[in-house]
Amino acid sequence: MKVKFWGVRGSIPTPGPSTVKYGGNTTCIEVRTDDNDLIILDAGTGIFPLAMTLFPELPLTCHLFISHTHWDHIQGLPFFIPSFIPGNTLRIHGAYDPIDRRDIREILSGQLQYCYFPVREAELKARLEYVTLKERQTAQAGSATVSNILMNHPVLCFGYRIECNGKAVFFTGDHEQLYNIYAPEDPEHHEYEQYMTQKNQAIVEFIRGVDVLIADTSYTMEDYPAKKGWGHSTYDANIAMARAAGVRQVFFTHHEPTRGDAALEKVFQDAMDRHPRQPGDPEFALAREGLVFEL
Amino acid sequence: MGYSAKKLIRLVDGMPAFPPSVYRILQLTSDINCEPKDLVRVIDHDPVLTLKLLQLVNSPYFGLSRQIGSIRQAVVFVGINTIKNLVLTIAPLEMLSRQGTDNRWMENLLAHAIGVGVIAKHLARRCGISEVEATDYFVAGLLHDIGKMALHRFKPEDYKDVLRLTKKKGVPLLEAEREIFGVDHAQVGAMLGDKWCLPVELVVSMEKHHDWNPNLSLLQDCVYAANLMAKRLRVGSSGNDTPENLPKELEQRFGAKIEELVGTLGDLSGEMNFTQILIHP
Repeated sequence: MKVKFWGVRGSIPTPGPSTVKYGGNTTCIEVRTDDNDLIILDAGTGIFPLAMTLFPELPLTCHLFISHTHWDHIQGLPFFIPSFIPGNTLRIHGAYDPIDRRDIREILSGQLQYCYFPVREAELKARLEYVTLKERQTAQAGSATVSNILMNHPVLCFGYRIECNGKAVFFTGDHEQLYNIYAPEDPEHHEYEQYMTQKNQAIVEFIRGVDVLIADTSYTMEDYPAKKGWGHSTYDANIAMARAAGVRQVFFTHHEPTRGDAALEKVFQDAMDRHPRQPGDPEFALAREGLVFEL
Repeated sequence: MGYSAKKLIRLVDGMPAFPPSVYRILQLTSDINCEPKDLVRVIDHDPVLTLKLLQLVNSPYFGLSRQIGSIRQAVVFVGINTIKNLVLTIAPLEMLSRQGTDNRWMENLLAHAIGVGVIAKHLARRCGISEVEATDYFVAGLLHDIGKMALHRFKPEDYKDVLRLTKKKGVPLLEAEREIFGVDHAQVGAMLGDKWCLPVELVVSMEKHHDWNPNLSLLQDCVYAANLMAKRLRVGSSGNDTPENLPKELEQRFGAKIEELVGTLGDLSGEMNFTQILIHP
């Protein structure tokens, strides 16, 4: 399997001189199986440059998995060129929205309303298939199987585990480490803690042993107190999660939009210094637009 | 007279929450930095909101891979923000649909429901149940009379007839309900719980809270006993407040007669106070 990053920025695209190295596109990750099946994780603005590379492969079948439908994870989708071309198949997977009671098709076709975009869903020439997933429902994507678990974000958000030929990748989507809403002296604190342990263990077990973990790492320890509850994790929390799950390689992604290249490298280095290498530790790296990793 | 179960369930779907808690929730959530625990505290003291939320998070809409039995567990597994927004979608509608029903009856029933929840939790602790599991006992107590609320909501005038029969002619409440509605609140509660995919133990507890048998689980025993104890203590009112004794087996199980058990409760005012704030904000 092969992983390529097309968008590593969180929240909003950040073009400009200070983000040239790591890139300013929002989340999009290309995963290729050994048979060259095409799996795309999220459809942030990074999906546009990815689409531009696909012409030699047309007609193609593309397995798109949407972690959640916040803008920065879907805003590139209307510009995914293969959707306009007959003969292509786009199979889109994602969660149901229980608040407004819409399935993944209703949510995404809402993006193509006339006031937002000139082309209606009915006018797209590719074959579009929608799969609304339940938690832990497995989907086949060519030769790979993709399963999911609910992460912690202010909307239902799936983390996806992709497995093929004995190799595995896990992408958290957006995820905030769980925190106790009760103070230690509150009587409910202990009970809440136990539920958190259950949920944390479920996530760690789900990730266990993957070759690559791609993790939402928006914040530093210093950023976090002001951003608690916003749905994103810290370097420190992800280092701990990766160690607990025994993964081989970690890519930190969903970089904070106000953090330029130099600042990003600094906070990464600080985190590495705070957590000196231990035997059996994974390799840690910053996700960067254009970076390819072979499993 | 009788109504079809299907019709009952359909009508009960529009069941209201208690306006004071809805009001508190709207107030709390108007501040983006509202404390999650304050919100949870309001929700988990409102049986209708609790039930509705549990119904929703256990529904195929959420598609969760595990069953959720309490509001705090729901917050951990689907996130506080989603719970908040879910409540907000339910709450304003509930407020509107509340108009025209008898507030005092509902307030008394709410106080009774919370009382049974608090006492069931106390009994659970007495039997050595862990704090985490004790929450299930609270929820079971809180929800035990949900069928009564449903019937009342369905046909408030008919339910007044039930109460009249009970009060004036001394007909037991369940019998009066069956006479007027063709079904009693324990059956309706179980039907709803079943339809809403609540844990089986909870459903059976709603069904059997007037009909004890020796095969019930500890949770079901605790709810059964807590219901009788709340009546002795006159915590709120359930509409059928005649004092009853515990079956011999339950006296053995809890190691005391009902009067002594009530004596072990100590001061519930702390836990019940919140109810008063809810009822008279």
